[in-house]
Formats: sequence, C-alpha cells, structure tokens
Amino acid sequence: MASMAQAIRMALRYGETNMDVTDIFGEDVGPPLGGAFTVTQGLSNSWNCPLDERGIVGMATGIGLAGKRCVAEVQFCDYIFNTIDLLKLAGNACWSSNGEFNMPIVVMTPVGSGIHGSLYHSHSFDAWASRIPGWKVVMPSTPLDAYGLMLSAIEDPNPVMYCIPKALMRARGEEKIPGEPDSDKELKAMIDQPVDAAALKAWKPKWPKLEKYMVPIGKAKHVQEGSHATVVSYGRQMPLIEEIARRLKAEQGIEFDVFDLRTIYPYDWNAIKTSVEKTGRVIFVNEDTEISNFGEHLLRRTCDELFYSLKVRPRMLAGKQLPGIGISPVLEDVSVPQANHIEKEMIELATEQA
Amino acid sequence: MEKALARAGKVPVKAKSKAPNAKAVRLTKVARLNNSNAQRKSMASKKLTNEKLREIHSTMVESRVLEERLIRMNKAGEGYFWIGGPGEEAFAVPLGMLMRKGEGIQYDYLHSHYRGSPTVLALGGQSIDAIRQMRAVATDPYSGGRNFVNHYAIKKWNIVPVFSVIEAQYLQSIGTAHVQREKGCKGITIVTGGDAGTAEGDFASALVWSSRPAGTLPLLMIVTNNKFGISTPWEGQHGEKNVADRGKAFGIRTNIINGNDVWESWEALEEAMEYVRTERKPFLLEARVSRLYGHSSASGAPRWNEEDCLEVFEQKLIKAKVMTEKEIKAVHEKMTTKITEAYKQVQQEAFPTPESIYDHVWAEENGDKGRDSFAAEIGIDFAKNPPPPAHH
Repeated sequence: MASMAQAIRMALRYGETNMDVTDIFGEDVGPPLGGAFTVTQGLSNSWNCPLDERGIVGMATGIGLAGKRCVAEVQFCDYIFNTIDLLKLAGNACWSSNGEFNMPIVVMTPVGSGIHGSLYHSHSFDAWASRIPGWKVVMPSTPLDAYGLMLSAIEDPNPVMYCIPKALMRARGEEKIPGEPDSDKELKAMIDQPVDAAALKAWKPKWPKLEKYMVPIGKAKHVQEGSHATVVSYGRQMPLIEEIARRLKAEQGIEFDVFDLRTIYPYDWNAIKTSVEKTGRVIFVNEDTEISNFGEHLLRRTCDELFYSLKVRPRMLAGKQLPGIGISPVLEDVSVPQANHIEKEMIELATEQA
Repeated sequence: MEKALARAGKVPVKAKSKAPNAKAVRLTKVARLNNSNAQRKSMASKKLTNEKLREIHSTMVESRVLEERLIRMNKAGEGYFWIGGPGEEAFAVPLGMLMRKGEGIQYDYLHSHYRGSPTVLALGGQSIDAIRQMRAVATDPYSGGRNFVNHYAIKKWNIVPVFSVIEAQYLQSIGTAHVQREKGCKGITIVTGGDAGTAEGDFASALVWSSRPAGTLPLLMIVTNNKFGISTPWEGQHGEKNVADRGKAFGIRTNIINGNDVWESWEALEEAMEYVRTERKPFLLEARVSRLYGHSSASGAPRWNEEDCLEVFEQKLIKAKVMTEKEIKAVHEKMTTKITEAYKQVQQEAFPTPESIYDHVWAEENGDKGRDSFAAEIGIDFAKNPPPPAHH
C-alpha cells in the first residue's frame, strides 16, 4: 500500500494532469529534492522558490486571483505563522469583494509532533487555521483519505489549508489508491526518485494510471460503530484511537463510536450530534495545545446543543500548554497525547457511572 | 511635531486654494528636486494631443472633486473613515489610461493601494460607486458595504481586491505576474504602494521574486513617494536616498520621476510599461507626489500646503493654450454637479440587510451568493437562526 507521502504525490500528479493545477511550489518542492518529505518528487509542474513563506502565500494568492489553481507548500507549519495576515487576506478575498473574486488555492503544510522535531518542527496548526474564516481546513489520517482530500481541495473554489500529520507521512494504509499497483515495491520503483545523484539525473517517474477519487470536504469518516461512547479526532492520533478502540472492543466489550473528522472546518457536526445523542458520552482528542484548542469549540457546542443528551461530563484530551515540544522522547511523550493517555481517558469515559 | 512638519515643508493650512486659476504654485522642496526633466517632458508632450490632455484634466478634476466630497461626507458623519488619493492625480490618471484594460491574463492586473481613485476613474470606474462605498450602502459594488472607501474590486478590469494591509499587495502581485509568464501573454501586472510601506519585508520579497533568474516577472512596481508614513517623515526612517535605488541591487530597471507632472508621468509610465510588456521583466518606478489631505480622516484630513498637481497642470494647459480659464472652470462646475447628484442619489439607497453578512463567505454556487453552501456545510439553518437585528 502507498504511504501518505506517496498518496499525496499521486494526488498532485492527478491534479496537474487532470485538474488544471498549474503550479506546485514551495521551498525545495521542485527537483532535485522533490520536497522535504518526498511529497512532490517527479511532478511536472513543481518548482523551487525563494526561502520566503510570505512570498509563497502571496504568490499562491495572486495565482488564485488570476483564476488558476495551485498547490503551495509551507515546508513546516512552524514557519507559517508570519503569513497569518496573508492567509486572512486569502480567506476574505471573496467576502470583502462582495463575491467578485474567488480564491481556489491549496496551501499544504506538515503539522504536529512525532518525528522528534523539537521546538520548530513539531507545532500544530489546526486551532490557528480554524480561526481564519473563509478557509476550509482538512487533515487526513490515511493515505487514501490523503489522496481523496487533496483532489477535493484542488477542486474547491475556496482556499483550503491541507494539514499533513508528519508522523503519518510514511504510514501505509489498508486501502489501495485507485490505480495503485499491487506491490509496495513496484510502486516505489515507479514513483520514488533515487537518492543517488547520478541515477537521479536519468530518472523519470512512471506514474500508475491514476483515477479520480474524492473525499468530500466536511464529511467525517465513521471509523468504528459503537454505542457506549463517542471518540472524535483527526490526524496523528487517529491510528492510535482506532487500535485502542478495536482492542477494547475485543478484550473488554466496550464499543466506541469512533469518528475521524478529516475536515476541521467546515466540520461534520451532524455526525458528532447523531453519535452523542446515541451514546451520551464524548471525548475530543487532538495534539494542539489545549488553551483555545479546536476541541474546546466542539466541547462548547456539545454543551450548548447536546447538554441534555449527555450522561457524563464531556472531555477533551489535547497537547499541554507549553511553549514548544522538547526533543527528548521523554519530554515529547508527556507533551502530546500518547496511546496510554488516550486509552486511559477512553476507558474512564466509557465506564464513568452515569 | 510642528517643527518636524515644517522642516519637511508640509504644514497643514486651513484655507483651501482650490480655484482653477490659482496663483503660481510655490513648489515644495520635493517638487523642486524632481522638476529637472524638462527635456524629457517636452518630448513627451508631443505624444499627448490636446484632446488627450483635456481628457486627463477632466478625469483629474472628477477625482479631486470626488475625494473632497468623500472627505466632507466623512466629516459630516456620512461615512466612518476616509482614505484616498488627492494629490496623486497627475500620476494616477495616466496610469489608468495607459493600462491594457480587460479581464484575464492577456490584460493588465492592478494591485492598487487605497490611493488609486484617479486610476480607477481613468479606467472607467464610476464616481458614484466610491460614494456608495463611503456611505457603506448595499449597492457598493466593490464590497457590499463592508470595506473602507477606495478599497475597490473590479474583476472585469483585473482590479484585484484592495485592502488596508500595507504592502501585502506587492506579495499578491507576484502571483498574477507569474501567471502572465505564459508564452505569448501580453498582459502585465502593476502594483502600487507608498514610500513608508517599502520598509515592510513584503517590498523586498517582491524585488527578490520578480528578479529571480529562474523566472523573471512582468511586474511594474510603483512607489508613490509622498515622503510620509501617516505622521512620520521619511527622512527619519529611511537611510536610502531613493526607494528606487533598492531595485538596482537586483538588476531591476528603475526610474525616479516627478509624479506631480502629467507629461513626465505619462512618458515614464509608457516607457516602463513598454519595457515590462516586451521584456517580461520587472521595473521599479518611484514617483514623487504630494499628499494634499494628509494620510486619512484619522489625522483630520486638513488641506496641506504642498504642490497641487492639478493646479500646476491647469497653469500649463492655459499657458500652452490647450484650455482657457473659462473652460477649466466649466469642467470643475460640471464635475461638482455630477458628484453632487451622485451623492444625493446614494443618500436614497438602502443599507445592507443583516442577513447579508453570510453572503460570499465562500464562493457562489448556482447563484446562492455562497450562502447556501456555507450554511449547509457548517450545519446552520439561517432561516431558523437569522442574525440579530441591526442597531441602525
């Protein structure tokens, strides 16, 4: 199965050949590197730009104003913060011009911890992004969703922030990308560029016959059906939650209703509402810092609209309110939710006396 | 403060000297510095027919009368904030007239700052629309009653949304210019801003991106230098002698002109546009201009004692026998009547409805102004949950 990096690469290939994506650009996005995480290797419309995040977002916005479609990359979301006013401008172009201009752009950026990236390669951006109206914000947790969300992001006439959980960049899914060859080895030989400089010179990708596959923006994935408690998350924590939920069901008979939100904005409130009305128990999990966390918004709306459906207090598990993530595994593990933290919270949620 | 202003030769004065046949204008230090291109001006003057000069004059007058009406509206409480371009007409009207006007990459994109009203009128914009935006009525075509005055957005002429964020337009301009690198493209991108904003890193970014060898951009960067950033004189904040000099380090062709002179502006713009259009390379043009009513209404918008490009132009038109004093006066009267009538009409027009706040948050789909898709996707029924009634 393809890794998430390969899946996004194939989606971008589909975008440049079938969806009029004219520019895929950012720092080290073009040859010879093809992206810090190999996401943009071998693409025809990829190019390198100056080391200037404000320039990247400005360039993308201008391309969007001209009605063209592009995917811009900010190499790590840790470096996107000095572009926030530009992101706001992109998000309000349609509203401020009374509908005169659309902004059909995609900005993709790796987010979160998990690669021992220390202070400036571990930030999250989901809560920040959710506070920039006009944008749609997505974050896949599987390669297939990464493929389908990228195609939807490209097609959308509005600006889409495409957050990639960098800890899952090399993770492989259980579902094939439409058009993907049968073996991982074969796919690697086709689309992963060689590391050796001489071999790279002569290298050309052999793209599989890719197909259109869309994951609609705004629709959560119902990962596991259950009636005892609801778990809502996205990104890096999803595989952990899935594994825990599967195990607790098999070993203890606790059945969790698990949702991968996939879109942070506009989020799938109907999915959350239906589930919480069924279970009366809910936890929101993500790794962004806990103060003014996006999960806090979901908690607030749960209290406002679903209060009388709740059997026990609703919960949120998020990253600690810290200035950064320490490079030591000890420090990183206690800063963002790990499997053992999540499991403990899930069990408490499901077993608390109503 | 007063001493600093006096040193810069920019002291607000109460009395307006607005008559078209005003006494000979006392040139400021800035204007004198830039009035040394007499030879080039005389060359350019041959290109401008009397008919074209009268057209330029008429647009300059309309723009000035419009801005003065907008200022009065603000002072009368008929608009919340004023910012605009009086003092930049001699440069900005030729800019609009010389642009390749139309929609799409084959035409010129304009990333304007908020002093571009003369350019918009020269392109064919209607002064009544600026009055609508000032009064924030629903008929404001640029923003539907949302944005400050002189914050335009006109897709059919490639005028992209104007905003208040200083200098970010230089960053967006590299994007439209990049798209115009397409083979055979005739359109170019034009970006305008002031001198103070060049201190922002975004200006440096535009220099870097437009001149990178991997892809030079057909980008005309314009800095209208009025030597002030709100209340802060240029001299105390900028060590460089000219803004345009910064382009030289990037191999960008530059020019510094007296933007208070119509002929010099026309020629310099023609030359710069021709270069960018044919060479597909950037150009940095610095135009020294006046700022006749200060930065904005935030500083009270009093008339400042600076060279008035309109008065200078009218003196020259009379001297060259292109127009008589009487004809000039008639243009002023015609424009005053036009703007007054437009103002009266706008007073009758409706303000935005409360529910219109949700229009165009996202792109329109099937004529829904973006509302239905927005409502559906965020799970809100606007019919059941309308916004609260407005206070006004």
